[in-house]
This record gives sequence, structure tokens and C-alpha cells, in this order.
Amino acid sequence: MRIFLTFLLSLLLTACAGPQLKGTGDLGLVIERATGRITLVNTSSQTAYARIDGLGDLSHASAVYSRDGRYAFIFGRDGGLTKIDLLEAKIVKRIIQSGNAIGGSISQDGRIVVAQNYTPGGIKAFDAETLELLSEVPAEYAPGKFSKVVGLADVPGNKFAYALFEGGEIWVTDFSNPKQPKTQRYPAGLQPYDGLVTPDGRHYLAGLFGEDGVALLDLWQPEKGARKILENYGRGQEKLPVFKMPHLRGWSVAQGKAYLPAIGRHEVLVVDVATWKEVGRIAVRGQPVFVMARPDGRQVWVNFAFPDNGKMDVIDTLAGKVVHAFEPGKGILHMEFAPRGENVWLSARDDNKVVIHNTTTFAKQAEIAADSPSGIFFTSRAVRIGF
Amino acid sequence: MLLSRKFFALFFALTVTIAGTGQSVAAEPDAARQKELVRLVRQDCGSCHGMTLQGGLGPALLPATLKDKPAEGLAATIYYGRPGTPMPPWKQFVSEAEASWIVDKLMTEFPH
Repeated sequence: MRIFLTFLLSLLLTACAGPQLKGTGDLGLVIERATGRITLVNTSSQTAYARIDGLGDLSHASAVYSRDGRYAFIFGRDGGLTKIDLLEAKIVKRIIQSGNAIGGSISQDGRIVVAQNYTPGGIKAFDAETLELLSEVPAEYAPGKFSKVVGLADVPGNKFAYALFEGGEIWVTDFSNPKQPKTQRYPAGLQPYDGLVTPDGRHYLAGLFGEDGVALLDLWQPEKGARKILENYGRGQEKLPVFKMPHLRGWSVAQGKAYLPAIGRHEVLVVDVATWKEVGRIAVRGQPVFVMARPDGRQVWVNFAFPDNGKMDVIDTLAGKVVHAFEPGKGILHMEFAPRGENVWLSARDDNKVVIHNTTTFAKQAEIAADSPSGIFFTSRAVRIGF
Repeated sequence: MLLSRKFFALFFALTVTIAGTGQSVAAEPDAARQKELVRLVRQDCGSCHGMTLQGGLGPALLPATLKDKPAEGLAATIYYGRPGTPMPPWKQFVSEAEASWIVDKLMTEFPH
């Protein structure tokens, strides 16, 4: 009997001691903006598996991933940069890197994490392993004048492209030597508000708030400079008020076309990415904020600025029009597609939950409780250029 | 536009003058409406000014950063927006009296 018990005990100990192997491809996180907390989620089981507190002011927080999808780097509004281990569900390291930050990006080789800052305006590069500061590039566009940095995106060659809101320029900084970055400047236009790099890493686009148009830089031929596309898309008409700035990322490219939010118009602008000419515009139910293509490019989902932030419109890219319009919750702030797009996760801030909808039937499949959820970030971003 | 703005500024200057004599002119929003306004400021103004009002694409809205600015001008900015900047007019969603209540709270201590 005693031997049997010892045997049972040893079995139990073995079971406990053996590491439980787990991959990271179906993991992700949800920002809970009001409580400084993130919820870790699994996209296969569609459940939350851990919560981590103590991340500071997470309003407008965003995340990027290490190449192996194990670590998330979270950029908080208060300048906090937190490295999270998704497998062990804990904070690895946390620093305060600036006074007011807006996001960040990770280099092609995964070794450099770069934060973009409003105050003091500029970017800072950190060692992805240790979060040690490597170098910084102040956004001093004129002597003594610093700009807020927007639209930071990683591009091939361990470079980063970004735009200067007050400076009206696109900058490309090369971190091949991380401690001695080299920066090229390109005039872009009035008040760039965000930017994106196309999924192939070739073109950088900066959306302009101060004028009708988008600045385009061909990173394969940067010496040609930035040029304007979609010029005068508003046709001189008075703009509708914009109660929230739209967001741009490479997710807006689908089927050889870019679907971009108009500023001050309730429209999605469609641009052919071979010619960069406007090929259409699609009427939607508000000022678009996120215009995101399902990974296969068949659908483009659109959410809206206040006061239309309870609505979502789904564009069928083959039909070229909205085919599904619904109200999935109150205060829809962000969305993220499952890696291959069979469902989409929507954060409903004012309902305190994340709702998961099937993208074929549009039916709700599940929901996850979260306190004022905003950004949703899955590890599938780890392998994409410009995320 | 310019005219109405001037008129508005004048209106507020008057309001402030009268309020300065110890009488409250603009009626305070009721408790339920105050709650809505606080939420509007923190969540929706917060998308540019930060949920903690420490600034973002838009400037910080803390007592220290606002203290040298005239209250009536700030209320006019909320109500009419500021052309040439991303600040939109909020007059569809708040009344003039509510705009000045928001400014008053921002300049002292904004509720949570």
C-alpha cells in the first residue's frame, strides 16, 4: 500500500514538474484602457487565459510582437514600454521611456523596438532583449522646433518610416547600426496624422489631415521623393467634423487596392496600388476610423468615429459596396481578425466586452468580458511587415 | 463665423463677469448629465487629449496647462472648434452652458 502511494505521488510530481509545451501562434492580447490591464487570449478556444495589471495609462496603447510571438511590447500613452511574456503570462520588464507616447514598432530582425513619441517629439530605439536605450532621433524639423511623430512603421533593412505632424515630413531612419541611426527627410504635406507601409514593404503612405490627399513615398526609389495621391478628393467641399482621427496600417490593402478612410467625408476611398489612382469611393455610415481587410482580402470592415462608434459596415471587395451593416455593441474601438480571417474580434468599450463574429455568417460566436477594451493584438502580427 | 464667435466670447465674458459677482448665471447640468459630460470628455475628447487629459495629438487639458487661458475662449473652442487644427466643433453634443461647465471643471479638478 505504501509503495503504491509513493508510486502515485511520484506520478503526480512528474505531471507537475514536466513543462507543458505550448505554441504561441493562436495567442493574443486585449488592452483594457481604463484599468492599466491587459487580458491574454487564445484565438482557438476563444477564451481569456490570464490578466496582467500594472501597465499604467493604456488609453491609445498598442502592441508589437517578437518574431517568436512569445513576447509582446506594449506602448502606453504615458510613455510606458512593457515587455510581456505571453506563455508565462507575466511582465518581463517595464520602463517609462517618454512623457507621452503613441505607439511603436519592431525591426525586421526583431532586435530593435522603436517607440514613437509626442513629448518629447521623436523616436527612441531599444534593445528588444533588455529594453536598454540604444539611440534616439529627435523630430526637430526646424531649429528648436519638435514635432509629434505619427505613423511609425518598420520597413525592410532595419529601417523605420514615420511622419511628423507639425513638421509635414516623412522621415526614414536606418538602424543598421542601432547606436548610430541615419535619417532621410522627405517633404510630405500638411499635418500627416498617421501612416502605413504596404504589405510588401515597398510604399509608405502618410494620410494628411490639413489637406485633401495622401503622401506616397516609394521606398525602393526614395530619391524620387514623396508625391501626393488622391489630391483634392474632397473636391473643395466643406469637411464634416472629425471627432476621432482615423488609423492607417498595411491592413487596408486588399486585392491590389488600398481602402483608405476619407477625412471629413463619410467615405472609404479606393486606390489601385499599381497606378496609385483613385478607382472608386464607397459611402459608409460615418467618419471611418479603422478600415481593415480580412486576411484574404474579400471583405473590408469599417468602424467609425464618435458619435457613430456603435456601427460597423462590411464592404465586399468583389461587389465594391457595403453588404452588411450592423451594430455589434457600444463604442466599437478596434477590431482584429483571426489569423486566417474566419472570425473577427471587436472591442465594445461601453459594453465592457469583446465580441467575436463569424465573418461568413456575421453571427456572434462568443464574447469575452473586459473592462473598457480597446486595442486587440494577435501574435500573427509578428510575421507581418509594417505591424 | 467670426461675428458669432465674437458674440459668443462677449456672452461668456458677461457670464464670467456676472458669475464673478457671486451669482451663478449658467445653470449647472443635472447630476445625470454631468456624468454623461464627464464620460464624453474622458472617452471621446480623450481620443486626442488623452483619457487622463495629459495630452496626445491635442494639447493637455490639465489645470496647470489651462490656467493662463481665458475660460470664455476655451468654451468657444469646445463649442465652435478651432479651424485649421483637428479640433472639431462639439455644438451638436453640448450646449454653450455645458461647454462652460466643462471648462470650469477642467480648470479646477476634472471628475472621474
